[in-house]
Amino acid sequence: MVEKESPYKKYLREERLPHIFCPGCGNGTVMSTFFKGLEGTDIDFENVAMVSGIGCSSRIPGYAKCDSLHTTHGRALSFATGLKVGNPDLDVVVFTGDGDAASIGGNHLIHAARRNINLTVICINNNIYGMTGGQISPTSPKGSFGTTAPYGSRDMPFNLAELVSAAGASYVARWTTTHPLQLSKAIQKGLENDGFSFIEVVSQCPTYFGRKNKMKTPLQMFEWIKENSINKRRAEKMDEAELEGKIIVGEFANNPHAELTDNIKKLAEENSDKPLAIKSAFEELD
Amino acid sequence: MVEERFVQGNEACALGAIAANCRFFAGYPITPSTEIAEQMSILLPKYGGSFVQMEDEIASAGAIIGASWSGMKAMTATSGPGISLMQENIGYGFITETPIVIINVQRGSPSTGQPTMSAQADMMQVRWGSHGDYEPIALAPSSVQEFFDFTIKAFNLAEEYRVPVTVLADEVVGHMREKLIIPDDIEIVTRKRPEKVDGQYLPFDAPCDGTTPMPAFGDGFNIHVTGLTHDERGYPDTNDPDTHTKLVERLCNKVLMHRKDICSVKKENCDDADIVIVSCGSPYRSVGAAMKKAREEGIKVGSLKIDTPWPFPEEEIAEIAKTASDIIVPEMNLGQIVHEVERAAHGEANVHLIGKIGGILHKPDEIYDKIKEING
Amino acid sequence: MIIIDSKLCKGCDICIATCPKNVYSKSDKVNTKNVYLPFPEHEEGCTKCGLCELSCPDQAIYVEKEVE
Ligand SMILES: Cc1ncc(C[n+]2csc(CCOP(=O)(O)OP(=O)(O)O)c2C)c(N)n1
Ligand code: SF4
Ligand code: SF4
Ligand code: SF4
Ligand SMILES: [Mg+2]
Repeated sequence: MVEKESPYKKYLREERLPHIFCPGCGNGTVMSTFFKGLEGTDIDFENVAMVSGIGCSSRIPGYAKCDSLHTTHGRALSFATGLKVGNPDLDVVVFTGDGDAASIGGNHLIHAARRNINLTVICINNNIYGMTGGQISPTSPKGSFGTTAPYGSRDMPFNLAELVSAAGASYVARWTTTHPLQLSKAIQKGLENDGFSFIEVVSQCPTYFGRKNKMKTPLQMFEWIKENSINKRRAEKMDEAELEGKIIVGEFANNPHAELTDNIKKLAEENSDKPLAIKSAFEELD
Repeated sequence: MVEERFVQGNEACALGAIAANCRFFAGYPITPSTEIAEQMSILLPKYGGSFVQMEDEIASAGAIIGASWSGMKAMTATSGPGISLMQENIGYGFITETPIVIINVQRGSPSTGQPTMSAQADMMQVRWGSHGDYEPIALAPSSVQEFFDFTIKAFNLAEEYRVPVTVLADEVVGHMREKLIIPDDIEIVTRKRPEKVDGQYLPFDAPCDGTTPMPAFGDGFNIHVTGLTHDERGYPDTNDPDTHTKLVERLCNKVLMHRKDICSVKKENCDDADIVIVSCGSPYRSVGAAMKKAREEGIKVGSLKIDTPWPFPEEEIAEIAKTASDIIVPEMNLGQIVHEVERAAHGEANVHLIGKIGGILHKPDEIYDKIKEING
Repeated sequence: MIIIDSKLCKGCDICIATCPKNVYSKSDKVNTKNVYLPFPEHEEGCTKCGLCELSCPDQAIYVEKEVE
C-alpha cells in the first residue's frame, strides 16, 4: 500500500509539520523541487547533508529527514566547506537566502565558487529579508519597497547568477518557483555536477515583499514572477530596455573543472602513504 | 621512542595537533600565529589530512565546526583581530556542543595594535567574547613544551566535554625556540559514537551536567544541529523559557561541575608563603628567578601558575588566599585575570597587579621589586 | 484520485494557479485553522502530471498515479 500523501512528505520530519512558512511562501515549493531533483540522480538521500545559514529559507534543512546543520547568518558556506572537505563522500547541499548568501555571506559565496568546491547551493531569492520582517536585500529591484526602503530602493541590485558564474562556479542556473520542473532539473544537474553548483530560485515572499509591493495575495506574487520571467536564450536577443524588470531564467554556467576536495585528496595521496583521513576523531592512533 | 627537538612554539603547537590526531585545519594568516597555519599546511598532507586557507577568520571558525561534524578533529589558529571575528561562530560551537580547538597567539591590542609584540590581551575575550552565557575551557602555555602539551590537552578536553577549547598562547611562546620532548605514549581522547537505537534517537538528551556521544554526519542518525535553542531532539524550541534554561544551564554545568577535573595549577613553595605570585602563561617565565632571589633574602614567596584560566581555578586561589597575606599577579595587560583572582580571594589576601603592556615580558626584577615593596 | 491534506493546506491557491487543466476550485469548507481549502472540482480532466503536487508549498497534495 502506498501512503496517500504527497510523494515529497516522506523526506520530511513529519512531527515538525506543518512548517513555519507563511501561506504561499515559495520555500515549501523549493523543498519539493529539491526532492524531485534528487530522485533524478542516483544519490542516496541517506548520504545527503544539508547546511544553511539564517533566514526563512535557511529553515528548510530543519524539516528534512537527513543530517542538517543550521548555522549562523551568512556563514553556511564556511561550515559546508569544512563538512565537505572533512568528508568528501557526503553530498552536501546548502540552502540559503538572498540576504544570507549575497549580503552578509557575499564573500564566502564568491570564494566557495572560486574554489569550485563540490557543493550544491540553492539560493532562494525572494528579493527581501523575510525573517526579519521585510527589509530590502542586495537583490531587491530598484524602486521596490521594503521596511527600510519606504521611498523605494535606489540601490543597484546584484545579479546573483552572473556574479557566481564570474566567480568561477562550474554550474549556475536561475529558475523560479513558477518553473518547478525546470527547477528540479537544474537541481538534479547541480547535484550531479562535480563542483560548485549554484541554483538561484526567484521566489515569492507574499508576506513582506508582496504586501510592500502591492501584491496582496500569494497568487498575485506568483503570477508576477511568472509573467516577468524570460528564457535566457530569448533574453539574449533583447536589449536592455526590453529586459528592464525581467527575470532571466536558464543556465548561466556549465563548465566542469578542477574541484577543491579532489585537489586536497591528490595532495594527500602524493605526500602520504595513508588514505585521506575521514572520521578520524573516532580512531585510536596507530 | 622519545623524540627530542629544538623548535619554535608555533611549530610545537602544530606538532601537538598532529599528535592529537587533528586532521583538519582551516585558517587565515595573522601575525604572530601564522607559522601554525604554515606548519599545518606542510604536515597535514603527509598525514592524509586536509588544510584549507579560508577567506577570513569567520569562515575559518565555521569550517572547523563543519569539519568537526564530519567526524574530524579540527583546529584553527589566529590572533587578536581574528579571534574577535570568530566570536559569533565560537558561540555556535558552544550551543551545538561541537568539539573544536582554537589557538590564539595573543598580541598587542586593541585593534591592529602591535602585531609582532606579545600581550595577554584576550584573557577576558575568551571568557566573555561571544554573546550569551557559556563556560569556556582555555589553557595558557608558558613554554614551547607546554604549547605542545596543552594543544593535545585542548583536543582531549574538547572531545570529553564537547566544547570549543582555546589555547591562549602569546607572541613570546609562539615565537621562541626551545627544546621539545615528544613522548611516545601520548594519551588521546577519541570521540564516542552514540549507539544505534531503534525508535526515536535523542541526540541532545544529556544528564544535567554532561553531554552525549556525538555522531558524525553520514553515520545515519539524521541529526539536526542548530544554533537556536533546541530540545533533546535537536529541534528548535525558542519560546519556551524552560527549554532554554535547561539547555544553557546544562552547557554551563557540564564544565563548571567538572571544574576539579579540568582545572590545573602548578604550585611551588606555597605552603609557608606569605606572598604568592599567581601567574598564567608567559609571565610565569619570570616568576622563578624573582621567587628565588626573594627566598634567598628570607622572604617567603611562593608561586601558583594557572594552566587553565578557564574554568578559573577558584578553589586553589581561595586556598592560597587563606594562608598568604599578599598575592601578586603579573599580567601582560592592564588587568584582566587579576579581577578573577580578587574575586576568588574573597578579600582574604591583598591582591597586587603588575600590569604591563607594550609587548615586552616582565623581567624577574619587576616582580622582585613588587615583592620588596610589599615586604616593606 | 486527488487528496488534499487539510491539516497541512494553508490555502494559498497555488495549486489552482498551477494546474494546466484547471482541475481545482476553492471550496467553502474551512480547516481547523479557518483556511478555505481547494478541491479538485474537475478531477476528470486531471492528466496526473504531478505539477500541483510539486508546486504545493505545504506538501499537502496527493495525486494517485497508478493503482498498485
Ligand atoms: C549576524 C546577524 N545579523 C543579523 C541577523 C538577523 N537576520 C536574521 S535573518 C536575516 C535576513 C535573512 O534574509 P534572507 O537570507 O534573504 O532570508 P529570507 O528570510 O528572506 O528567506 C537577518 C538580517 C542575524 N541573525 N545575524
Ligand atoms: S516571511 Fe516571507 S519568506 Fe518568510 S516564510 Fe513568510 S512568506 Fe516566506
Ligand atoms: S497549493 Fe497546497 S497549500 Fe496551497 S492551497 Fe493548494 S493544497 Fe493548499
Ligand atoms: S496532476 Fe496535473 S492535471 Fe492533475 S490536478 Fe495536478 S496539476 Fe492538474
Ligand atoms: Mg530573502
